[in-house]
Amino acid sequence: MSITKRALLQLSCAGLLATTPMAALAQEWEPRRPIDFVIMAGPGGGADQIARFIQSVAEQHDMTSRPLVPNNKGGGSGAEALIHVSSASDPDHTILVTLNSFFTTPLRQENLGIDIQSFTPVAMMGVDPFVLWMHVDSGITDFEGFLTQARAMNGEFVMGGTGTGQEDSIVIAFMSGAYGIDVKYIPYDGGGAVARDLAGQQIMATVNNPAEAKGFYEAGDFVPLLAFSDERIPAYPDVPTIRELGHDFSYYNQRAIVGAPGMSDEAAAYYQDLFTKVYETEEWQGYLASESLSPLWMNADEQRAYWDTQVESHRVLLSQLDG
Amino acid sequence: MEILGLLGDGMLIALQPLNLLLIFVGVTVGLFIGAMPGLGSVNGVAILLPITFLVPPSGAIIFLAAIYYGAMYGGAISSVTLGIPGASTAVATTFDGRPLAMKGRASLALVTAAIASFIGGSVANIIFTGFAPVLASVALSFGPPEIFALMLLAFATFVGLGGEDIPKTVLSICLGLVLGAIGFDQISGAPRLVLFDINAFLQGIGFLVLAIGVYGIGEMLWTIEQTRGEVENNTPKMTARGMMSDAGEAIREGWKGTAIGSFLGFFVGILPAAGATPASLMSYGVAKMTSRKPEQFGRGSVDGIAAPEAANNSASTGSMLPMLTLGIPGSPTTAILLGGMVIWGLVPGPRLFVDESEFVWGLIGSFYISNMAALFINLAFIPVFIWMLRMPFTILAPMIFVLSIVGGYAATRDMFDIWLILFFGFGALVLRRLDYPLAPAVLAIVLGPIAEPTLRQSLLLSSGDPMIFFNRPVAGPITIIAIILILLPALKLFRRKKPTTAVGE
Repeated sequence: MSITKRALLQLSCAGLLATTPMAALAQEWEPRRPIDFVIMAGPGGGADQIARFIQSVAEQHDMTSRPLVPNNKGGGSGAEALIHVSSASDPDHTILVTLNSFFTTPLRQENLGIDIQSFTPVAMMGVDPFVLWMHVDSGITDFEGFLTQARAMNGEFVMGGTGTGQEDSIVIAFMSGAYGIDVKYIPYDGGGAVARDLAGQQIMATVNNPAEAKGFYEAGDFVPLLAFSDERIPAYPDVPTIRELGHDFSYYNQRAIVGAPGMSDEAAAYYQDLFTKVYETEEWQGYLASESLSPLWMNADEQRAYWDTQVESHRVLLSQLDG
Repeated sequence: MEILGLLGDGMLIALQPLNLLLIFVGVTVGLFIGAMPGLGSVNGVAILLPITFLVPPSGAIIFLAAIYYGAMYGGAISSVTLGIPGASTAVATTFDGRPLAMKGRASLALVTAAIASFIGGSVANIIFTGFAPVLASVALSFGPPEIFALMLLAFATFVGLGGEDIPKTVLSICLGLVLGAIGFDQISGAPRLVLFDINAFLQGIGFLVLAIGVYGIGEMLWTIEQTRGEVENNTPKMTARGMMSDAGEAIREGWKGTAIGSFLGFFVGILPAAGATPASLMSYGVAKMTSRKPEQFGRGSVDGIAAPEAANNSASTGSMLPMLTLGIPGSPTTAILLGGMVIWGLVPGPRLFVDESEFVWGLIGSFYISNMAALFINLAFIPVFIWMLRMPFTILAPMIFVLSIVGGYAATRDMFDIWLILFFGFGALVLRRLDYPLAPAVLAIVLGPIAEPTLRQSLLLSSGDPMIFFNRPVAGPITIIAIILILLPALKLFRRKKPTTAVGE
């Protein structure tokens, strides 16, 4: 019997720990149980890397009295995560790491009935640029070479991405339209899988965030050809931007944390404070620099206004994509 | 031999007193987490990640890897003793572990699991040590068509087994595929099969939910019905001599399954999409197919325990490979390990073996030590688990029920899953009465969600031409073998018409 007793005891202890407020004396709101840290993407991609990095920073500096428990819900371009968070039984302990599918998925799937303005703004941790990559074995070293090959293959040039309507597909659609190229687009379940299949040369080119492609770039497998940022990315100073080539276009993926709809003001204030602290750590600032993210700090009101402008601009981008 | 020198240095790092302590604590904690239904290595590693900031990075990853190892051993324990898979990786162990335990040979089942796990882990460690960089590029050469061909092969091993009712097996696979298709379509993002418009179905049906329902609740109900609650307790007391003879029997009867699981498991483990759960199920299928006594599978075959247990350990080591060399996690657990490494300032990826050689070899060295430690710690606890089995069924049954429910809830913290577990439990009872095999359904719900997107990606690549599965150098042979295996039982049925029509039951 001893083992079962022990196992049951462990469980009941865990249960007690989860429900007993440890800092009962503290005046301010504190989480009382592990925080459901939902990620709108599968493991290995940019959003997942960031979520786990943030979790680690918070743990290392002992910033939360209850742990952040990462929970990948990438299904349906993040629709799974949006449903999970908006129907959370405990909104005070449910937060979401978002990317731009926070805007695009509700637009593309109106039947889900998700109103993003019902979510609670927490923190804008930065924005992630996009870069066009090819494998070094292709022998192509610049964007001109890419265009020549893509045109020569006439619809058989294969690019991978995270799905139609997703961030990279918007960039690819703009680029294809602007330069009159026709590519075959294969959807994957995350940016990590896309980068992996470029490394294995299952696909010929990708539009990945620098964080997803960096390891392969440093190992000499990937070549960056074109950046979709406003200015050249410091880590890739020789890579031109599409703006320099005469197109008024740039596109970034937001790396923001939002709270579940119906989160109390006290809890929202707690998380805003928590992620401000994470944002200011040396680690996060170092991560922004090493993974080529741009800072774009906003307060809660600015975030809500930003959501509105993003929804509108994505409505236009998506209509171009489908039309 | 430069590698041996590096490995030697690595082992010395792993044998430092602090690291050794971390290994022992990690393995023991992992063993119990693995043995708790619903909690697997993912939960263990996630929960204990914060603790690792107290020790240096090399110690931290060694600790987490030890938990991972321990959990792989522990998963078998509740599969055998209670019939509830302790972790998703141990579901295939339930197929034969439980029947063997019901025959009073629980100790043989547990000893087999421990030894097979040890050998699987050791084989994987040796392959890992010698060929990590080469294998990383092999893993990369597997694109969508190759992965789909492999999945087809896995299904084929379950269909292509002589002696069973093939239409019922196919139907069971289809049932699993349909359940696996519930939720969001991975390619288009459209919601599918949202039954009764219940939003909870959007998240899909977790594989563990089906497995706990079928094997935990379903098995318990079946036993109650078959015996009217009067289960005779024939589990003998555990003695040192008994354990020795069990060990001998495990090696004699299970060497083939162990060998299949060790190699196949490692190979499936290094593929980015897969991980230890598909590896163990596939090894079980292959072991059954190649066995001289396939009819014993599902009734307490030693090979049937050895194959998945060797495979899940081997695959766990295997799935470390894409994580370390490519920075891409091969399983949910390694995804968490990856997050840990980033904060310790280590960048997994192609440069890691060069830039952080000491860390990498310390970790590899610790695999060897952890594996050894896990074997001994596990063997030491077996008598305790056997003693638990000697409890009357009237006590055991409610305990299984409670553990199934608690375990199902712990995995996702979603009450909806509990109702599903109960539903699947009763459903399984009905299907079992009608002689439907249920293992194929469990296999299908794991492999279906891997097979479907790779099938569609492949066809997108080829503009709809199915020849892509035949004319690629790796995918081609695998697809052809799979198709032959699927057709084989039809031929067998044809040929066996004259002597005996039914084998087995």
